[in-house]
Amino acid sequence: MSTRIAAETQAGDTFGPQRVPVTRETLVAYADASGDQNPIHQDEDFAKGVGLPDVIAHGMWTMGAAGSAVSAWAGGADRVVEFGTRFTKPVVVPADGAEVEIAGTVKSVDPEARRAVVEVTVTAGGDKVLGRCLATVQLD
Amino acid sequence: MPVNADFQGRSFPPSGPYAVSAADIAAFADAVGSDDPLHHDAEVARAAGHADVIAPPTFAVTLAQRCDAAYVQDPDSGIDYSRVVHGEQKFVHHRPITAGDEVLGELTVDSIRSAGGHSMITTRTELTVDGQPVCTSSSTIVVRGGEDA
Repeated sequence: MSTRIAAETQAGDTFGPQRVPVTRETLVAYADASGDQNPIHQDEDFAKGVGLPDVIAHGMWTMGAAGSAVSAWAGGADRVVEFGTRFTKPVVVPADGAEVEIAGTVKSVDPEARRAVVEVTVTAGGDKVLGRCLATVQLD
Repeated sequence: MPVNADFQGRSFPPSGPYAVSAADIAAFADAVGSDDPLHHDAEVARAAGHADVIAPPTFAVTLAQRCDAAYVQDPDSGIDYSRVVHGEQKFVHHRPITAGDEVLGELTVDSIRSAGGHSMITTRTELTVDGQPVCTSSSTIVVRGGEDA
């Protein structure tokens, strides 16, 4: 993985969209890795019992997947110095799985600090699921 | 019981230390679909200047949530966790979380506000290793109001 160069990066640059599958198994793996065992992310009957349409992905899984895409674009996870988002809609994960689409756009580049601000868009079924998802990335 | 606004501004004693292993990092990276070798290959991580494999940018939430427990599980906080949804999350990384780290976390309740019958609580966790800042994790949770709220 090669590192991105500030001098070769400008506002308006894009990456993706890439499609990332998310299944119930993905959510069990995320629950085990993160310690967030809330049953709304694993148990269909429980999720429907509290008024959700079906099992939903952890918001932090979705943000994590966005973080993986930004890290790959930047050239390494250590390049992501700030990362924030709002959670605007859940990703519904039926028994046969779902898919999110992740894309990024460079909003600005600070040539002196060699840092770029990237806005990440994540959609599921055409709906934006993250709001103001912004990463500040250290470039070379 | 409604959310107790008296907790605004309160800081909690440091919690931890939480040991971070290479296996923890690899499992988290796999779960969020990252094949970045910095998570999986210590040689690659060392060549990039790290002591060992490093965590993905959102891994810190797993530590911050353990620090949150002292607050959200305090009966006096008035937080009904079955009504909680995650509203916002932000990380500021001072250096990557690295395998072998023993992380302490200090939680502060930055704000508690009400809107439309819901309560919005913003907490901040300062994660440190050996007294040095590693990551500032800020989280806003929404406690949905109910008929008894």
